[in-house]
Amino acid sequence: MSPQFEIQLIAVIVAVACSLPGVFLVLRKMSMMSDSITHTILLGIVLGFFMTHNLSSPILILGAALMGVITVWLTETLSRTRLLAEDAAIGIVFPLLFSIAIILITRYAGSVHLDTDSVLLGELAFAPFDRMIIGGVDIGAKAIYTTGILLLINVTAIIVFFKELEISAFDPILSALLGFSPALIHYGLMTCVSLTTVGAFQAVGSILVVAFMIGPPITAYLLTDSLKYMLLLSALIGAANAILGYQAAAFFDVSIAGSMAVMTGLTFLLVFIFAPHHGFVSTLRRRNQLKLEFAKMTFLFHIYNQEGNERNDCKASVDEIQTHSH
Amino acid sequence: MSKDIIDYAVEVEDLTVAYDAKPVLWEIDLKIPKGQLMAVVGPNGAGKTTLMKAMLGLLTPVTGAVRFMDKESKDIRFMKKHIGYVPQSGSVDWDFPATVFDVVLMGCYGKLGWIRRPRKADIELTYTVLKKVGMEDYALRQISQLSGGQQQRVFLARALAQEAEIYFMDEPFKGVDVQTEKAIILLLKEIKEQGKTVVVVHHDLQTVPDYFDWVTLINLRVVASGPVEEVFHEDNLQKTYKSTKTLLGSEV
Repeated sequence: MSPQFEIQLIAVIVAVACSLPGVFLVLRKMSMMSDSITHTILLGIVLGFFMTHNLSSPILILGAALMGVITVWLTETLSRTRLLAEDAAIGIVFPLLFSIAIILITRYAGSVHLDTDSVLLGELAFAPFDRMIIGGVDIGAKAIYTTGILLLINVTAIIVFFKELEISAFDPILSALLGFSPALIHYGLMTCVSLTTVGAFQAVGSILVVAFMIGPPITAYLLTDSLKYMLLLSALIGAANAILGYQAAAFFDVSIAGSMAVMTGLTFLLVFIFAPHHGFVSTLRRRNQLKLEFAKMTFLFHIYNQEGNERNDCKASVDEIQTHSH
Repeated sequence: MSKDIIDYAVEVEDLTVAYDAKPVLWEIDLKIPKGQLMAVVGPNGAGKTTLMKAMLGLLTPVTGAVRFMDKESKDIRFMKKHIGYVPQSGSVDWDFPATVFDVVLMGCYGKLGWIRRPRKADIELTYTVLKKVGMEDYALRQISQLSGGQQQRVFLARALAQEAEIYFMDEPFKGVDVQTEKAIILLLKEIKEQGKTVVVVHHDLQTVPDYFDWVTLINLRVVASGPVEEVFHEDNLQKTYKSTKTLLGSEV
C-alpha cells in the first residue's frame, strides 16, 4: 500500500466512524457537545499519562473516554439546575477542562511529545510512519487498525441498538415507558462518541473529528426523510469528503486535515443550496410559486368582485388594474 | 352502578408530587375504574399532565403510590409496557427523519424488548392500526408533512400498536378539527367496548357529558371523581376552577 492510499483509507475509516454517532448527536440537538468532548478528552489523556508515564498505554484511551462522559455529565448537571442554558454550560465546562489540560502539559510534561498543535490539528500525513508489525511482517499503518476497530464498534452498536437509539432520540418519554432507559442509551451513545473521538483524533486531530461528526449528518439530514438513509448517506458523504479533501490537499499542497474540513463545509453548502426538498433554492422556488398562485387568486377574485359593478367600464381599464393590484 | 362491585384498573394513594419543593399535586387519592372512559379536567396548572406522568412512573413522587390492579400481573415493570401512551403532540420534534410507519412501529418496541427487531407480525399490526385511524395512505409520508389532526392520529395509532390494557392520553383533541375529534372519540369508545380503560386529559367542559362516563376534577387536589352524571355539576366545577361564574352555560 502506498502512503497516499493509506492516508486516504485512514481518513475514510475515521470519517465513516465519526459520522454514524454524529447522526444521533445532530438529531438530539447536541452538535456542540462533540466540539466540547474532542477538546476535554485531552485532560483524560494527560491524567492517564501522569499515571502511566507511557504515551501508548491503553489507560490513556480509557481516561480520555471517561473524561468525555464526565464532560457530558458535568454539562448536563449544570444545565439541569435551570440556572443556565445547555449552550452556556458547554461554554463553561469545555474551556475549564481543556485549559486545565493545557496548563498540566506546559507545566509538567513540556519535555514529552504531547504537542497541543498535533492534538488540535493532527497530522494525517505522519500516520503511515507508525507501522503495525506482526511477526516481523509489516501489515500496514497502525492507524488503519486502531480506527478500523473503532469503525467496527460503531457499526455494530448502531446495527444492534438501532431501535433503541431511534426511539430514545425521537420520544424519550415513550422510550422510558417501554423500558428503554433514555439515560442509559444517552450515556451509551456518549461513551461511543468519546471512544470515537479518542481513537480518531490521534489520527486526524480534533477539529477534523468535529467536522466529520457533524458535517456529514447535517448534510444528509437535508437529503432524506428516513433515519436509515440518513445514517447511510452521512457515511457516504463523510467518505467522499475525506477523499476529495485529500485530493485537493495534494493538488494545492496544503494541510490535509484543513482541506478535508473545508470540503465538508463545501459539500454542506452545495446541498444546502441545491437539495431537492429541503434546499434553499427549492424552498425559495416553492415560496415564489405560492406567492404567484396567491397573486393570481387575488387578481381573479378582484375581477370577480368588480363584475356587475356599475362603474364596470372604468374599473376594468388598464390603469385601474395597476392601482388595484397593489 | 353500585360502587362495591366496580373493578379498578389503577389506584392512586396519597400521591404528592413537587417540583423543587413546590408541590404541584397534593395527596391525590384516586381510583380509576376498569373499562371506563375517564376525563381528567381542571384549570391550567392544576397538575393534570403531572398526575398522568406520575401514574406512568415517569416522575418520582414525594409520597404515595400508584398501583395497577391487573389480575394477571401486579408487576409494575410489566404493566408499564402495557400502558398505551399518547403525549401532547408538541412534545416531539416533527422534523425527525421518520415516516408515519416508523413512528407507529415504535408502539411495538415495548413488547420486543432490547435488541430484538420488529418482525412480520409487528409490521402487520402497524398497518392494521394505521387503517383503524384512517392513516393507511400516509404510511410512507414524512412526519413533518402532517397536519395537527394527522399527528394526533399517528400518536393514537402508535398507542394502539402497544396493545395496552390502559391508555393515557394528554389532550388528544388539542389542535384537531371537529371531524378528527369525532373520529378519535369513536375510536376511544371502541377501545372501551373491548373492556380497556382510557384516561384522557381534557379541556373542553361542554363535551365531557357526551364523551366520557367517568370524570376526575382536579386542582392540585382531587375535587371530585366519579360517574359524570354524579359529579360533573356546577358546584364541583366552581370548586375546581375557583370561579363564581357559570361554567357550563345553558348546557346543564
